[in-house]
Amino acid sequence: MYWQQENECMAQGDLEQLQLERLQATLYRVATHVPFYRELFKESGVDPDGFRSLDEIRSLPFTCKQDLRNNYPYGLFAVPLRDVVRVHSSSGTTGQATVVGYTRNDIKNWSDMAARVLCAAGVGRDDVIQIAFGYGMFTGGFGLHYGAERIGASVIPISSGNTKRQIRIMEDFRTTALVCTPSYALLLADTMDEMGVNINSLPLKFGLFGAEPWSEAMRRELQNKLHIRATDNYGLSEVMGPGVAGECEECNGLHINEDHFLAEIIDPETLAPVAPGETGELVITTLTKEAFPLIRYRTRDLTSFITDPCSCGRTFRRINRIMGRSDDMLIIKGVNVYPSQIEAVLFDIEGTRPHYQIRIERQDRLDQITVLVEVMENIFFDEMKKQRLLVEEIKRRLASELGIGVAVKLVEEKSIERRDGKAQRVVDLRNLMAPQ
Amino acid sequence: MLNIRNLEAGYGKLRVLKRISLHVADGEIVTLIGANGAGKTTLLSTITGLVRASAGEIVFQDDDICTWPAEKIVAAGCSLVPEGRQVFSTMTVQENLVLGGYVQYRRNKKSTAGDLDKVYEIFPILKERQKQLAGTLSGGEQQMLAMGRALMARPRLIMLDEPSTGLAPLVVRDIFLIISRMRQAGNTVLLVEQNAKVALRVADRGYVMETGKIILQGPASDLLANRDVQRAYLGRDVDGV
Repeated sequence: MYWQQENECMAQGDLEQLQLERLQATLYRVATHVPFYRELFKESGVDPDGFRSLDEIRSLPFTCKQDLRNNYPYGLFAVPLRDVVRVHSSSGTTGQATVVGYTRNDIKNWSDMAARVLCAAGVGRDDVIQIAFGYGMFTGGFGLHYGAERIGASVIPISSGNTKRQIRIMEDFRTTALVCTPSYALLLADTMDEMGVNINSLPLKFGLFGAEPWSEAMRRELQNKLHIRATDNYGLSEVMGPGVAGECEECNGLHINEDHFLAEIIDPETLAPVAPGETGELVITTLTKEAFPLIRYRTRDLTSFITDPCSCGRTFRRINRIMGRSDDMLIIKGVNVYPSQIEAVLFDIEGTRPHYQIRIERQDRLDQITVLVEVMENIFFDEMKKQRLLVEEIKRRLASELGIGVAVKLVEEKSIERRDGKAQRVVDLRNLMAPQ
Repeated sequence: MLNIRNLEAGYGKLRVLKRISLHVADGEIVTLIGANGAGKTTLLSTITGLVRASAGEIVFQDDDICTWPAEKIVAAGCSLVPEGRQVFSTMTVQENLVLGGYVQYRRNKKSTAGDLDKVYEIFPILKERQKQLAGTLSGGEQQMLAMGRALMARPRLIMLDEPSTGLAPLVVRDIFLIISRMRQAGNTVLLVEQNAKVALRVADRGYVMETGKIILQGPASDLLANRDVQRAYLGRDVDGV
């Protein structure tokens, strides 16, 4: 199912022409209206009027989160505030929040892109969509809300939190599509178990999950528990919000809305483009944003391009699910470790619960990583031998996946804090900033 | 249909077009709006081969036509309706139309009569006036004649330069009705207009040109809703509220 087939399935040559035209106009506008970019272009010797091919994007400077912070709140807006109809703020997962703005056209385009993501996942006008993303300054709720209204679905803007009420509403309102973070979906599933809700009695069909990295194993778990098709979607508030990319029914990578965003993947160390298919940091340039255009924004999200065409017919390039954030990447004893790798291992082991926390400490100048894993009650109170075997099993599997040894500690069910929004998977107690 | 990339052109030392990129897809109405002197007419002249490009490419149906002579470009299916109509005033309406069909006549001498009928179908007024001298027509009728003359060449792309110039508002409305009808008949249209409001209402997409550059582009409805366009070209006092 397509929302804007003409765009979503456009020929490669046409797309490149459109991207070039839009990028040239965007460069003109940021150089004219945003002092930050005027200065940045001057400093880096870039002539925004000299830009002639998409490949030349590599000669443009990057924009970083810190640039957004330095220009807090309205410094990077390309239109006067009176033309802005909405202001959002980043969720501030890491550090100080940043502010983004939208014109009426921006909201329209955003709604269309969220509608594309919903349609691609299989959601249509007959669906009842429960949006359990936070509404408010966070872009998650509103982005998909407008997209859902755009396709004519019935929207339940329940926002996040109050898990039992979510489930009651899901039963009473006959929700068919659930929109939230994957970790929250898991919490909902667990709570349903506890409440004795029969999942087969619910008409739930679709789960659209995003806003945090998750794994293929987690997808299987959610699909089995909730009897849904779980699709991934991607976005970030600095660039727009949810709707930047989304999975189609093939469930094999997320199509980037390339008519609105130019995507690159770079090596976060050398800043050079990675070879096709290799993992690196996603860099996004907005092509149509009026209020808050960004040139080569470093998302810190790690992914790779899927180079094969998709059988769904969409021509927009796909990225693999987000592996993690380059600033989430843990460097333990010199080895790069992503929380998502640990998650994938845990999901595959019988008896563990999909709730975990990674603790990093530094003892005698050596990094120690401990994975706390929730296990089912029967195992926790079982004989020591079985517990030890399980710990050994997890250790062995993690060591072979990560290439380093980690400590594993089993904890009781529900002893790791659940949060309504994004899960806190990593606790870094190394305090690297403190004097040694 | 038409893909222009990084086009530059000018007169002598004067650089008028600065890195223009623009495209028109099959069956679209695309409008190019902008103030007087922005370079809109120069762009059309460059596409039709009357002004030579100094850099960039103009690809019309897979051919780079940058260096082609004007008559070859017309024969390839790219017709221009010039600003101020420029009909042959001492010739009759029908003679003007037949002249417009010259490239088709050279290919097939029998095609002219059928093409005339099609044009008369779109512009019934021209049929009524077919024996009249073109110079005696009203401004609106002359515009229709110029459009009909261009259609006689069976263009794949028809370019209109300021069709509303000097016409009364009611006549402008008729002309634009005909433009949308031309699209329904399968024509692709590139429309250059100073009258941004009517142009954006009839078009699918639009480009805004200022001092030789494209500064904005997008779906026509987005441009109509864009505050900068409203302030600069639609004469709407958006800030007064």
